[in-house]
Amino acid sequence: MKRLVWPLLLVLALAGCGDSASLYRLRDISALLPPLALRLHDGDNRPRSGADFAGQVVLMYFGYTHCPDICPTTLARLAGVVRQLGAAAARVSILFVSVDPARDTPAVLRAYGEAFGPRVVALSGSQRQLGALAKRYRVSYGFGPADSDGQYEVSHSSAVFIFDTRGRARLLATASDSDADLLADIQRLLAPAPVATR
Amino acid sequence: MQPASAWAYLLPWDFYPTVLLFCAGLALIYIRGWRRCRETGQPAGYAALVGFLTGLGLVYLVMHTYVDYLAQHMFWIHRLQHLVLHHLGPFLMLLADPWKALRAGLPVRARDLLLPWLARNRPLRLLYRLLQYPLVAPRLFVGLIYFWLLPEVHFGAMLSATRYQLMNWSMLLDGLLFWWLIFDSRPASAVGRLGYGGRIVIVSLVVPPQILIGAHMALATESLYSVYNVCGRAWPISPLTDQQIGGLVTWIPSSMMSVIAMLILLRRWMHERESPALPRGTVA
Repeated sequence: MKRLVWPLLLVLALAGCGDSASLYRLRDISALLPPLALRLHDGDNRPRSGADFAGQVVLMYFGYTHCPDICPTTLARLAGVVRQLGAAAARVSILFVSVDPARDTPAVLRAYGEAFGPRVVALSGSQRQLGALAKRYRVSYGFGPADSDGQYEVSHSSAVFIFDTRGRARLLATASDSDADLLADIQRLLAPAPVATR
Repeated sequence: MQPASAWAYLLPWDFYPTVLLFCAGLALIYIRGWRRCRETGQPAGYAALVGFLTGLGLVYLVMHTYVDYLAQHMFWIHRLQHLVLHHLGPFLMLLADPWKALRAGLPVRARDLLLPWLARNRPLRLLYRLLQYPLVAPRLFVGLIYFWLLPEVHFGAMLSATRYQLMNWSMLLDGLLFWWLIFDSRPASAVGRLGYGGRIVIVSLVVPPQILIGAHMALATESLYSVYNVCGRAWPISPLTDQQIGGLVTWIPSSMMSVIAMLILLRRWMHERESPALPRGTVA
């Protein structure tokens, strides 16, 4: 019992740092990760930065286009949820960041992104740019050995990082979260901020 | 995410000036002081030099190289990192009884300013006394391990760069304090020195809770720490295997450190009883 005293004191001390009474259903990461910043290129090989998505709720996901299951499922799911927003969908961007630039050329990215609908922006960059972005959001990725056709697996993060319209990191969605929770939280992020909290 | 060359494995994954300053500063001061001690005929053995620098080097290795990346993305390597920060590194550094050499290695002006200031600073001395109080030190030692392993706290520490640093520094500083208390080499007459019996009780008290939490992780049938799934592991490994190895690292080597410490303390205790007239050296 006494062993618990110190941890509890520290928990209380740290609990003061974050907003403990979250209004959101997904995991709140407001206090944990830095605001949206990236330097990548899109399917038209145009440079893109975090500022391009100002005023939008951004859902960022790391993957690669040769991914057999989890990437297409996640993207289809996100696109489906965003479609349910109706007109408000125009204020949401789904960023698919490919960590496999060797195979995911701009043309491949463009076709892949378009397959999931208008709100999906497929991005990639040099290993240096991708490494910096992965480090910023504390995710990891790695490449498996190539088979006889030169194909290989890529391990990557499974989380969707959600940023509010001001680019602040707010929520983290995983495969275990329901579509309804995702939809409700995106709607809440899109709602105009109450005056009291400004 | 691998470095381009073999050398790059030794480069900092994230550059922390504090870590570089702490490790390089301590190493320089220690080596300088150790040489000065030898020149003036004071006891300064090669075993102490090698022990202190090995401990410090290990601390640097786990905090400021590619190991730091692996520790962020693999649970069992994170446990290994904490084994070094909280146990092995400080254990070796304090076993070497570095105080005399560190004192001699400080530049004269710094020594003349720092040491009197430390002696006068009442809040700092009180804090030190509180943290080293025999009823507090073992609880703090075990409490920190438990605290950072609470799943919610662990999630935040692995996602937030600031909390991650806070976690690692808290483990290192507490490790240094704890093993300082255990390997205190002042003579028995020194004020505030804890007797060997008390120290043996303290190092044995911290064993059962560490076995408990290590076994809890090693034997769990479900993944307790989801953050590694969310952020991706450094290489493909099943979450349960990762957790089991992590549990074993927390369970076995950390308990063995206590056993080794007990043997060292017993030996010193017997030595002190045989030759009470020969003090082992003093620390101002």
